[in-house]
Amino acid sequence: MRMNRKLFLKLENNKVLLAVTLVMLAAASTSAFGETPEEKGLAIAEEVDRRDLGFGDSSSLLKMELTNKQGQSSTRELRILTLEVPERAEGDKSLVVFDHPRDIEGTAFLSFTKILDPDDQWLYLPALKRVKRISSANKSGPFVGSEFAYEDLLSQEVDKYDYRWLRDEACGEAADGLACFVIERFPRYENSGYARQVTWIDQQEYRPIRIDFYDRKDSLLKTLTLSRYNQYLGQYWRADDQYMVNHQTGKTTRLTFDEWELRVGVNESDFNPNRLKRLR
Amino acid sequence: MTGLSAPAQDFDFSGFVAGETRIFPDKAQFPGQNNSHISPSLVIQPELRYRWNGRDDRITFVPFLRLDADDENRTHVDIRELNWYRQADDWDVVLGVSKVFWGVAESRHLIDIVNQTDLVESPDQEDKLGQPMANLNLLRDWGTLSFFVLPGFRERTFPDDDARLRGALPIDDDPSYESSAEEWHVDFALRYSQTIGDWDFGLAHFYGTSREPQLIPTVDSDGNAFLRQRYDLIHQTSLDAQYTTGPWLLKLEALTRDGHDGDRFFAAVGGFEYTFFGAFESNTDLGLLAEYLHDGRDSGTPATPFEDDIFLGTRLALNDVEDTELLAGVILDLDQEERIFSVEFERRLSDNLNLEIEGQVFDNIDSNDLLSGFEDDSFVEIRLSWFF
Repeated sequence: MRMNRKLFLKLENNKVLLAVTLVMLAAASTSAFGETPEEKGLAIAEEVDRRDLGFGDSSSLLKMELTNKQGQSSTRELRILTLEVPERAEGDKSLVVFDHPRDIEGTAFLSFTKILDPDDQWLYLPALKRVKRISSANKSGPFVGSEFAYEDLLSQEVDKYDYRWLRDEACGEAADGLACFVIERFPRYENSGYARQVTWIDQQEYRPIRIDFYDRKDSLLKTLTLSRYNQYLGQYWRADDQYMVNHQTGKTTRLTFDEWELRVGVNESDFNPNRLKRLR
Repeated sequence: MTGLSAPAQDFDFSGFVAGETRIFPDKAQFPGQNNSHISPSLVIQPELRYRWNGRDDRITFVPFLRLDADDENRTHVDIRELNWYRQADDWDVVLGVSKVFWGVAESRHLIDIVNQTDLVESPDQEDKLGQPMANLNLLRDWGTLSFFVLPGFRERTFPDDDARLRGALPIDDDPSYESSAEEWHVDFALRYSQTIGDWDFGLAHFYGTSREPQLIPTVDSDGNAFLRQRYDLIHQTSLDAQYTTGPWLLKLEALTRDGHDGDRFFAAVGGFEYTFFGAFESNTDLGLLAEYLHDGRDSGTPATPFEDDIFLGTRLALNDVEDTELLAGVILDLDQEERIFSVEFERRLSDNLNLEIEGQVFDNIDSNDLLSGFEDDSFVEIRLSWFF
């Protein structure tokens, strides 16, 4: 178990403890090897989910910087609100409101995430004061021209994927010094743009550190790196920096989050389609 | 909204300035009508918002000004919004001038009735005048119930006698009303809306002054023919529904209206929008739209060209950084074979600058038809908007 190298080295000074630890590790390994890579992958995903249970709701301001291959960039500013729906069979509710560029100020996007069924989504267009129910079949489509697809941004629910644990290894640059589980996940929902995703989850806090996205032809399409994590309410980790690189086009999108707030007590009625016109 | 790290109070100033020009390739049809091929215009619409009480209370002010080189009626000022909004968990209220949109269809906004059409802005009837109202919305598990009291009627705007897109006869600007209270009749509306699974629907009733006037041919003492506007009191009950499944949107708007000189009538527009997401192996979404328009109104009712028509259209969204979008379509009259082609194109040029191009072509228009006055008024409009 390479991930425990640091711990291991520390313990080397204490031979007794080391012996005890080795026995415990051996015991742990036995049970670990008793489960299949699929079971282990699912168990890790469930632990990620369990540790994030109870955040209630969150709000954040975020800046989205889109850069093309030539290095030209443009910026969007938006607010994201999430309402936790605790039932495992249901997904969270998300609300996105645009502040910048000015011509789309007040445009709002509301999504009720489902597990395997299509999400319910609405769009509000301020110029016409019109709320439109929209098709959620465009899961793999780019979100406002960025390298994030809708399915990358919307809430990640355990049962949306099948899992397989691949290996344990160092998390790499994004989380220097940390050990990671590497698990593969396969979308179970319809209309995904991906054959699979490979995710690096840090073993201490169960935070996603990196995700490799493979397109439907199973070629590497994108890599998302999550960094600058902060902990809120003594439990919940949120990344302030999410950087997506598209390997096939050379385009990148960087999300910089500002002012994460959890359990602020957002109201369920903020997530009513009839309130979308009142977010400005 | 409570959850957005909202300051106790804040003030926000935004809006846009737009320079635009209409291009009319054809000469004007009627003597005395302005013949210029190029018709420039300037629009300013600032938006002021003051919010307090953690955004639960808000005052919004959106004045609108257009200066038009050729159409005196198109040069106009309006208050699009001036209202106080107060929200609580399961209700909110709007007092003042505001704008409300009802409906789902693309080709015709049949049931949208709260705000008067600002017709000088565009013949597509999508621009609206501000409407004074007291509006209470109850947001409950069983749906949203909206009550409207609408004091103060707004007359529809029409292009000036010598302007393009005025129609076959000049329209008099001294309307008559069925109500003795004239434009001060207080109108009422009620709407119930709800989402159940893949269905979104609304049921509404409106009682008050019709937003559409009857246009009654009249001859003045000098023997000149013109149209006199008459606004009747009507009852209108409407349904709007959308069923969303996979890449399909199925849409229906239907109404029944009574109160004009003619009989109670039924009208509907219904159809679908189907989207190919990621079409052409790219990020482009390609939508195909088809709608059928029926209107059973008889004489003694404000006339409509959409009695038995089909709309076919396509929507292209490139999903690029510039949000490039194109909507093109045609409304085909199934009885008289008239065609109205329309195109709307939009693209962001920079953080603050937006380009829109709109075009309408009136084709194969019968000389006896309602649209005959528009035959030579096909146009392209180019608009550059600067947002601040």
